[in-house]
Amino acid sequence: MTTTAPGPGRSPTRERPAPPRRRPLTLRRRESRAGLALVAPTLLVTIAVIGIPIVWTVVLAFQRVRLATLRKTGLFGEFTMDNIDRVLHTPGFAETLWVTLLYSIGGTVGSILLGLVAALVVRRPFRGRTLVRASMLLPYVAPVVAVTFVWQVMLDPQLGIVNDWGQRLLGWDAPVPFLTQESTALTTVIVFEAWRYFPFAFLFLLARLQAVPGELEEAARVDGATPTQRFRHILLPQLLPVIALLGVLRFIMTFNKFDDVYLLTGGAAGTEVVSVRVYEFLTARTDIGAAAAQAVVLAVVLIVFVLIYLRFFGRRVG
Amino acid sequence: MDRDAIETVSLRWVRRLVIAVFLVVTVFPFYYMLLLSVRPIERLLLDPGSLVVGFGELTVATYAEVLRSTANGGQGFLTFIRNSGLVAVAATLLTLVVAIPGAYAVARLRFFGRRQVDFLFLAVYLFPSIVIAIPLFVVFTRAGLRGSLFGLVLVYISQTLPVSVYMLKNYFETIPVSLEESAAIDGAGRLGIIRRVSLPLAMPSIMAVALYDFMIAWNEFLFALLFLVDKPDRWTVSLGLSLLADGVEVPKTVLMAGSVVLTLPIVILFFASERLLTEGLTSGAEKG
Repeated sequence: MTTTAPGPGRSPTRERPAPPRRRPLTLRRRESRAGLALVAPTLLVTIAVIGIPIVWTVVLAFQRVRLATLRKTGLFGEFTMDNIDRVLHTPGFAETLWVTLLYSIGGTVGSILLGLVAALVVRRPFRGRTLVRASMLLPYVAPVVAVTFVWQVMLDPQLGIVNDWGQRLLGWDAPVPFLTQESTALTTVIVFEAWRYFPFAFLFLLARLQAVPGELEEAARVDGATPTQRFRHILLPQLLPVIALLGVLRFIMTFNKFDDVYLLTGGAAGTEVVSVRVYEFLTARTDIGAAAAQAVVLAVVLIVFVLIYLRFFGRRVG
Repeated sequence: MDRDAIETVSLRWVRRLVIAVFLVVTVFPFYYMLLLSVRPIERLLLDPGSLVVGFGELTVATYAEVLRSTANGGQGFLTFIRNSGLVAVAATLLTLVVAIPGAYAVARLRFFGRRQVDFLFLAVYLFPSIVIAIPLFVVFTRAGLRGSLFGLVLVYISQTLPVSVYMLKNYFETIPVSLEESAAIDGAGRLGIIRRVSLPLAMPSIMAVALYDFMIAWNEFLFALLFLVDKPDRWTVSLGLSLLADGVEVPKTVLMAGSVVLTLPIVILFFASERLLTEGLTSGAEKG
């Protein structure tokens, strides 16, 4: 110990003849200054690469901008409600929203249910558990382009293994074009979503399960509770806050998803979700204003849903 | 037998069965990817349901074709790998440099607006990336940065930064304050404390975040598609694979070899650091 600071206050700095100031205030102020200095670069970069683009999208949503006229348009051109109007009245708007909702809810519920089952079965140690656990995370970490491509080939009517086995072993009359016909495409995409994202729920639920004190379950067992009763009355209540949190996180992330649907179906066969539509506006129609308006509508709808959700489950999530 | 015994015994079997099903469902698509990548396309068309590589069927010509440069009649994936690697490494390093000080400050230091900053990082993390994509598309088109890998690195930081700050912050919060205080008593300044105490302690978590960022950047697709589509020599592996898969010229087995090339680095990284990653990803989840 090198400090010889007199008095009860601990000095965080090297002893030097400091000007007589009131010490607690200085410390606090110094901490505040260090905090601001350290957070400033992070904050600035965040604002530059995320904050400004978000605000700009809102501005673009109320301007008439096309890719061809881009060089002539200023940042604050003429404001107009045309884009919003056009987006709301382009055929298929309501259907897109409905599909996005079905897709988000289906993907969220599916991935959480699968994740819960997976977490429950690998909770206790067994031989090879580490390997099983790691394998279960594969769908989540693998590149989306690779896994969607494999699914496409697996489900392909001509050379896919699913249709080959279905026809030979399950007696299907004809190959099923899972990703290109209206009746199956959306369901397939939702199943894919549950498959790809259940590891996310699995990780969080497993972490929570392992934090449940062993005595709790042991006491219930001694009192004669069967395994299903112990799950229902001991584990499930402990997991509910995490499940509620996962519900909102997965819903938001699925609602925003672009890659999975775009790569699997390209938005065809009744699977066009909002972000795929934004992409279409942006690239195929090169209508930047409409794309921005559509994106703003996406964000607003999302915020409304999250607020409704938090209103019902807010206490659990908090 | 009472209900407890029946449930215990039957659940034991159900559990084994469910584990087996999960293993098959998660691993099979990857096995199938590998399998198709080493079978010739003619054999695949004749017998699409086969689960093994037939005798004398095994080929690595698919890999040769996918990796050879386009000048030599291949698909040029070596260039794509180089592009993806460069972009992912650069994005990871830049993200860490920017994220660490901010995460530390939000976790440890009381300053004006700390709670708001904390909330902001979480909010932008959950914001749709397509919303960010539009103005970036506009700016990059104007600035002539479309088709530049450097531009893509900048965009990837918008994808990796919020989640990195969030994960690092959770970890810094678990480091006992007393450790930093004793360093302060020993005469270290704030930067000295961070460099000598907090950073070494947070190293496992920083590694986990770095790996996670690398995976995000390596796997990313939307922005690569928006910004690089016109420049085939700048394509990333993800983009190259998806664009080639859209056409009909390239056989599926060759593209499967491309998928393996795309997936393998991630899977190796993941299995080498599985514990680190899972713990880093869920640290703070208990607070739920």
